[in-house]
Amino acid sequence: MYAVEINSLSKSFGKTKALDSVTFAVERGELFGLIGPDGAGKTTLFRLLTTLLNPDNGSATIDGFDIVKDYHTIRSRVGYMPGRFSLYPDLTVEENLNFFAALFGVTVEESYDLIAPIYSHIEPFRTRRAGKLSGGMKQKLALSCALIHRPSVLFLDEPTTGVDAVSRCEFWDMLSELKTKGITILASTPYMDEASRCDRIALCDKGHILDINTPQDIVNKYDSNLYAINADNMFNLLEASRKATGVIECYPFGESHHLVTNEEFDLNHYKEELGDFKNLTITPTAPTIEDMFIKLMKR
Amino acid sequence: MSDIVISVHNLTKRFGNFTAVDHITFDVQRGEIFGFLGANGAGKTTAMRMLCGLSYPTSGSGNVAGFDIMHEGEQIKRHIGYMSQRFSLYNELTVSENINLFAGIYGLSKKETTKRATQLLERLNLHSERNTLVKSLPLGWKQKLSFSIATIHNPEVVFLDEPTGGVDPVTRRQFWEMIYETANNGTTIFVTTHYMDEAEYCSRVSIMVDGEIRALDTPTNLKQKFNAMTMDDVFRTLARGAKRGE
Amino acid sequence: MKRNFLSFVKKESLHILRDKRTMLVVMFIPIVLMILFGFAISTEVNNINIAVVAPNRTDGVTDAVNRLAANEYFTFKGYINQDEIDIQLRSGKVGAVVIFTPDYDKRVAQIFGGLPSTPAIQLIVDASNVNIAGAATAYLQSVLLGTASQQSMFETRMLFNPQMKSAYNFVPGLMGLIFILVCAMMTSVSIVREKEVGTMEVLLVSPVRPVKIIFAKMIPYFVISCIVLTIILLLAHFLLDVPMSGGIGGIVTISLIYLALSLSLGLFISTITSTQVAALLISAVVLMMPILMFSGLLFPIENLPKFFQVVSNIVPARWYIDATRKLMIQGVSILAVWKECIILIGMTIMLLVVSLKKFNDKLE
Repeated sequence: MYAVEINSLSKSFGKTKALDSVTFAVERGELFGLIGPDGAGKTTLFRLLTTLLNPDNGSATIDGFDIVKDYHTIRSRVGYMPGRFSLYPDLTVEENLNFFAALFGVTVEESYDLIAPIYSHIEPFRTRRAGKLSGGMKQKLALSCALIHRPSVLFLDEPTTGVDAVSRCEFWDMLSELKTKGITILASTPYMDEASRCDRIALCDKGHILDINTPQDIVNKYDSNLYAINADNMFNLLEASRKATGVIECYPFGESHHLVTNEEFDLNHYKEELGDFKNLTITPTAPTIEDMFIKLMKR
Repeated sequence: MSDIVISVHNLTKRFGNFTAVDHITFDVQRGEIFGFLGANGAGKTTAMRMLCGLSYPTSGSGNVAGFDIMHEGEQIKRHIGYMSQRFSLYNELTVSENINLFAGIYGLSKKETTKRATQLLERLNLHSERNTLVKSLPLGWKQKLSFSIATIHNPEVVFLDEPTGGVDPVTRRQFWEMIYETANNGTTIFVTTHYMDEAEYCSRVSIMVDGEIRALDTPTNLKQKFNAMTMDDVFRTLARGAKRGE
Repeated sequence: MKRNFLSFVKKESLHILRDKRTMLVVMFIPIVLMILFGFAISTEVNNINIAVVAPNRTDGVTDAVNRLAANEYFTFKGYINQDEIDIQLRSGKVGAVVIFTPDYDKRVAQIFGGLPSTPAIQLIVDASNVNIAGAATAYLQSVLLGTASQQSMFETRMLFNPQMKSAYNFVPGLMGLIFILVCAMMTSVSIVREKEVGTMEVLLVSPVRPVKIIFAKMIPYFVISCIVLTIILLLAHFLLDVPMSGGIGGIVTISLIYLALSLSLGLFISTITSTQVAALLISAVVLMMPILMFSGLLFPIENLPKFFQVVSNIVPARWYIDATRKLMIQGVSILAVWKECIILIGMTIMLLVVSLKKFNDKLE
């Protein structure tokens, strides 16, 4: 039995199709990432799976329970961390934790072993108001609260948004550790670079799933040649490259531009076409999730 | 005019016993895309406020667009543009109304406003949408529009605060292309962010930790120096040693 | 499950206790309003300065002036000349001038003798405050007629509130207003805050029925309201001398019903709004305005246009204020206001049913 099984799930708000016939399944104990920009439908999908919304079409199960019929059972089995800061800012760290424990009818002691690796970071500040914590600490407290009842599936909606790079990295480390305790985790993020931290990812955009696979397999499927190009005048380089023969597209990619080419492309001919650029370098490069995402979006 | 657009020397800001910004020194060239990075609470915002003429330094000196940050704050405000992810445009106004409003704020003449507005709408291909409420535009368009509006008065420097969070990779690239184009035309771009993938697009980046600038170089050189694959790794190496949180 | 109910109540109480400013406001507003309405903003006539113009100070005149000066409502400021009247009134030194005609005694005699005559006294009153001017005129007439009153066609006796103290009117009205403020506004805002902050999402994705959480929310507000009720009753009785002749039991009973109603109203508002600002505005505009206008707090219902009189029937405060007035001032027993009680209970049940039905354990 899959931990999460989704079958052509759809949801519209007015005329906007937030989620358009999405199908996939998540294995027990998997760390599954939903990667996509704002408006991809990540939050809607999470709200459907956590039974906060009812689908227009399609079905889904969590641990075999139907999200519409058995929503009450599901609510005691899942942990959920919504996108917004979902703690009480005027209550202390400890009071927040105690409240969420009471909400699920458990005590903090019962689950202490599970949350300890996370909670121990913030325990020294247990009498501090949650609103006065730093972004990274808030996130750890929210995760502790979501875990307090030992959920079997954990839904994390953009847990790393607004958190600095160090805390983001620590957070993914914690998720990897939780995975070893058998908790199935679905996390969404708009950052492509976090994809590699997941077992499998779904790339989504505008309510559709573009692709689902392991991060490695997703980039392996990239079937065009890719070069990283640099020169002193990057803006002119971009415009000139787009006009060259055999170039499918050229786009800024961090410090370089990425050049996607087809079989008509010839390196020497391309250099000739470009003309005079100072410090021009052209090196073949390996595609990333982001390159794949761009390719899938353009399709 | 000199080709150094922002010049800061030993800039310091104290709040009581707390030194938010601690003797920072750097120069930014005309047409550069300068990344100003730091963890939450490192002092980025305080430093940027001083550069924009919104707060006075405790000690040290600085010059932005040819004006002294200590005495000519008002002049500075007239020669810079500002765009942040959180606030930039009025959602309840139409595209044209937003353009006219900000043109008015920056003191453009009526004739100039009409000319710029037409140019801007053409460049963004937004002419057919000029009477649409901003709130009903897609996020990507909003960002491009607010960047264009932030540069409507041809400022010397544009300050961008986490400009591309949350947009899809294709729109993000269109946005950076606009930034490259603007920089290519001689406007200096000053980006503050804590997203390292934004940092990779900058020509030079500085990394602030505990109120001090700990590193300042091109992304390539920084990665080499710290023996790192990505800017994320560089940043983590530096910020792990941070003493203060938010 | 009882244990977690208590911990919800505790959490809610912590929210309230941490927000000291709101707490202070909630406790102070009733006291300030009571004192304001009880003393400062009053339609009673008190200490009106009177000047007298009397060309001939005959015995009849001095007798009348003595009666004026002895009255607790008026302060006699002395005799003035005809040409000073305007200055005295304009400068606000006096509120009314009493002018005795030179042949006052003769005219009075003619009037009492049933002979045709022109008026013997002229009253010039500062009418910039119409209420005070009206009351002052009435008092002045009755005082000055004094001896003549035996011959008057009317004999008026004020029952229940013989001194026409306005505090008697305002206390029930204020109670109607304050409980709506404390209960409805604060509960709705605190429920909607959870929606706005995002914690509601987490509460919903939990095995606890949200209704339970919401009832736990109401308890601390109910307790606060009871404290406020006590404060108001004490102030009313000891500071404003409201008689409470019908016994405290009836007043407390109907007030508790009204508290329940206010809490249900708060719950109802929270189901139809999603931002704290909206909840506040609805409480302020949709609840306060009708209470001020249509509940008899400021204007007697009988004076309202017919249409608004009908409207006032659906304003819960109207029934509460009516009933409390009867209980406090007329001194009737709770049985005499059974109709109001039933209407209030009916409204409470209706609001509860509607809002519990509307209250969804999903997001839409």
